Amino acid sequence: MNTSVNIAGVVLKNPVTTASGTFGSGLEYREMMDLNSLGAVVTKGVAPVPWAGNPAPRIAETPSGMLNAIGLQNPGIDVFISRDLPELEKYDTRVIVNVCGHAEEEYIEVVERLADQKRVDLLEINISCPNVKAGGITFGTDPRFVEKITADIKKHARQPVIMKLSPNVTNISEIAMAAEAGGADAISLINTLTGMKIDVERQTFVLANRTGGLSGPAIHPVAVRMVYEAAGHVGIPIIGMGGIMTAQDALEMILAGASAVSVGTANFTDPRACEKIAAGIEDYMKRHGVEDINDLIGAVRER
Amino acid sequence: MTRKISAEIVSQERIASDVCSMWLQTGDMAREAKAGQFINIFSADRSRLLPRPISICRIDPEKGLLRVVYRIVGAGTEEFSRLQAGDSIQVMGPLGNGYPIEEGRALLIAGGIGIPPMLQLAHSLPGPVTAVLGYRSERFLEEEFAPLGDVLIAAEDGSCGTKGTVMDALQEHPVQADVIYSCGPAPMLRAVKDYARDKGIKAWLSLEERMACGVGACLGCVCKSTAVDDHTRVHNKRVCKDGPVFEAGEVDLS
Repeated sequence: MNTSVNIAGVVLKNPVTTASGTFGSGLEYREMMDLNSLGAVVTKGVAPVPWAGNPAPRIAETPSGMLNAIGLQNPGIDVFISRDLPELEKYDTRVIVNVCGHAEEEYIEVVERLADQKRVDLLEINISCPNVKAGGITFGTDPRFVEKITADIKKHARQPVIMKLSPNVTNISEIAMAAEAGGADAISLINTLTGMKIDVERQTFVLANRTGGLSGPAIHPVAVRMVYEAAGHVGIPIIGMGGIMTAQDALEMILAGASAVSVGTANFTDPRACEKIAAGIEDYMKRHGVEDINDLIGAVRER
Repeated sequence: MTRKISAEIVSQERIASDVCSMWLQTGDMAREAKAGQFINIFSADRSRLLPRPISICRIDPEKGLLRVVYRIVGAGTEEFSRLQAGDSIQVMGPLGNGYPIEEGRALLIAGGIGIPPMLQLAHSLPGPVTAVLGYRSERFLEEEFAPLGDVLIAAEDGSCGTKGTVMDALQEHPVQADVIYSCGPAPMLRAVKDYARDKGIKAWLSLEERMACGVGACLGCVCKSTAVDDHTRVHNKRVCKDGPVFEAGEVDLS
């Protein structure tokens, strides 16, 4: 039985990866779960210099979901390369580094710094964070800009490039096609949906940032629909994410057209969620007599 | 080692109109736990995704038991309050750093639902203890502090002890101390920090913030720190991982 998938020439032992921002650099979870069970660790977004992020409160629970407005707090590329990356040498899993920036030059700076880092297998470019004003989502909602920044990053990147897309757009296919036209090796979607929660007793916003990114099972059907639509318009691999809590949820994404999945919010409900989802996918394959997981990718479309 | 387990409820009782006391069978988690640490308790309702971080009130390492005393503030804690002996609940822990155990005369200053973690601390400290406990009106746990040292009570409505806050009680009854430990609402912690600085006494404060992961990964629960932090190299410490207990000078509470 084959559970491995290929993302732009990089083989993942299984399709389960961690969604950026929910899993630190992976090291925060190593005591509680087996990092070797992951297809890949997708790290917290890293910028050229340390970012302090937004004021607290940064977290709010919502029905079947949560809002976050961390604001991409990160220690910057120097600390990431010297402290976190060497620790990941100890694990048999792929490393996908999420890259963030306030401006195109900042993304390129990080991408160039990572060019000679052999432990880094893939780059995921975050052009879709709803919680930072400059950069982030402002880049990810205009197809012309998506194509341009993708093309510019591709000129500097040594590793294959995954563009991470925002769902906060009218037409996801248009954005997916723009990334492909710019030369993206893969796309990942969806980042969080912009939301808001108000404390009615105090008559104010729950989050200091006022708005935050909605994640969790509340957004899963939206994510599946967007993966399906994007898969119908691009030929490059898709990493599907958005509210995956179980193997069933992950399989929905794969059947809709995702070659791999990222699990985010579920890590907060169970540190071993990714491990269990990978095992659950194997069980499903046995139950359905599926020899190769690649036969499931986009399978709903063909029927 | 932090672990997530299914814990059996050994007993649960209501100790004030909106405060519950629950003993959990947690095995090794109890043997590793320290005063000032917390556990994450998960709702059985899958629409409530995030764990509720709740401080450890008592530890019984021999029997592998942990006690939590928590206030019912929403649907999650309301659900926990309905659990009975024999029921099970998912918990993760022990989490956070806990209070450093210091020699000498300890002054414990706590308000409201910040009082429970002080009970294990009072048991763990080697020296004499004075506990200053602040309530809005209804009191809980005070009788359990009585055998462990001196107790001062403040009640905002004047129903018992000093009318007002814990700081009013300290003004009325000055206490000599070598170290201060505190847990409670932010305005109280600010006042304790000022008090400790004026008196030249070291103070350990336990902070609260909205959390998600509980293990330092998501960066959801940061507080402002005076020095550059180890994780991000800015001025943000993670309440769940670097705390919840901080030396008063470490954190900017303004």
